[in-house]
Amino acid sequence: MLNIIWLGLLVASVAIALATGHLRDVVVSVTAGAEAAFKLALGFTGIMALWLGIMRIAQDSGLVDRFTSLIRPAMGILFRGIPRGHPAMGSMAMNIVANVFGLNNAATPLGLKAMKDLDTLNRNKGTATDDMCMFLTINTSSIQIIPAGAIALLASGGASDPTAIVFPALAATAASTVVGIVAARLLSKMKRFRKEIHGGPTDEGTT
Amino acid sequence: MKGLPDFSATLSNLIFLAFLVGIPCYGFVKGVKVYESFVEGAKEGFETAVRIIPYLVAILVAIGMFRASGALAMLSDRIPECMKSLGLTPEVLSLALMRPLSGAASLGILGEIVASHGADSYQARLGAVMSGSTETTLYVAAVYFGAVSVSRVRYALHAGLIADAAGLIAAVIVCRLFFG
Repeated sequence: MLNIIWLGLLVASVAIALATGHLRDVVVSVTAGAEAAFKLALGFTGIMALWLGIMRIAQDSGLVDRFTSLIRPAMGILFRGIPRGHPAMGSMAMNIVANVFGLNNAATPLGLKAMKDLDTLNRNKGTATDDMCMFLTINTSSIQIIPAGAIALLASGGASDPTAIVFPALAATAASTVVGIVAARLLSKMKRFRKEIHGGPTDEGTT
Repeated sequence: MKGLPDFSATLSNLIFLAFLVGIPCYGFVKGVKVYESFVEGAKEGFETAVRIIPYLVAILVAIGMFRASGALAMLSDRIPECMKSLGLTPEVLSLALMRPLSGAASLGILGEIVASHGADSYQARLGAVMSGSTETTLYVAAVYFGAVSVSRVRYALHAGLIADAAGLIAAVIVCRLFFG
């Protein structure tokens, strides 16, 4: 997909430049683009290093674990097919908090562990459970508090107030997470998706 | 109408600083060697940056060429004025479309917007809020479901993409409110 889009951009640029007579501009833009990319990456490195340094302190001080134990009780509302004390709840909580803090490197292995834990409760292997779908939805609705990558790019480009996007992004991401959770809950009740679970009884308790 | 943007900017900076200073303070109280810990974590910043350089180069060159050829302006002419007034230029729309597919590529598009329009432009801010409020849904779903060999994903993608769409619409609204 990306291969076609990228190649398409390159070929279309040259074709259209030939038609519009902008060939010289296109040639100039190639070197300018490559140079701008590296300069952006250079500025990006500083903010990213700063942020990941702070986040390491959050991990080392146990702050991440503390948040994990804070959100755990609330998760029972979202994930209804998980017995008390099951490891899936812990690994999901850890993954969600890692995402909130933007610890992408730590979040992925935790998320994969969470999926494996969820799969131990799956009575119909190969088909996603309601809890898996809810977990994926929360995960992909971006619950990151500080969008460090975007801030770093703005800062690298010389923004006057790069962190001004923090609150707007937080508001937008909260909206997307709430909509995602509601959508997942509503979709889970649809007949079309219910009948895809054949493994066990479709217990009414999970709806 | 000036109150809301100011409020948002102040709150944003406070949240950022609360993390920046609050976390080391918490760490210190908990007996963490905060300086050593920071330096150890900061090393990862370089890996992250080095990892995105190829994507930035690929995207900035490709879109830069596309822009220089005049094609981007032609596309832009086809977008209705009401959408453009909301900041939805072709670059921002392509960022929105790329976001669920690839995090690095969408970061590249944001970099291109920053490089061509300036980091203080409305488009750059909208793009930054968009990339901060949505996720690489298709990629995450592929990796996570792949790990447990789940092929019938039921409504996971529907819900994830609905959440992404909500995030994008919310990004347009909050940017209008806070940066308009």
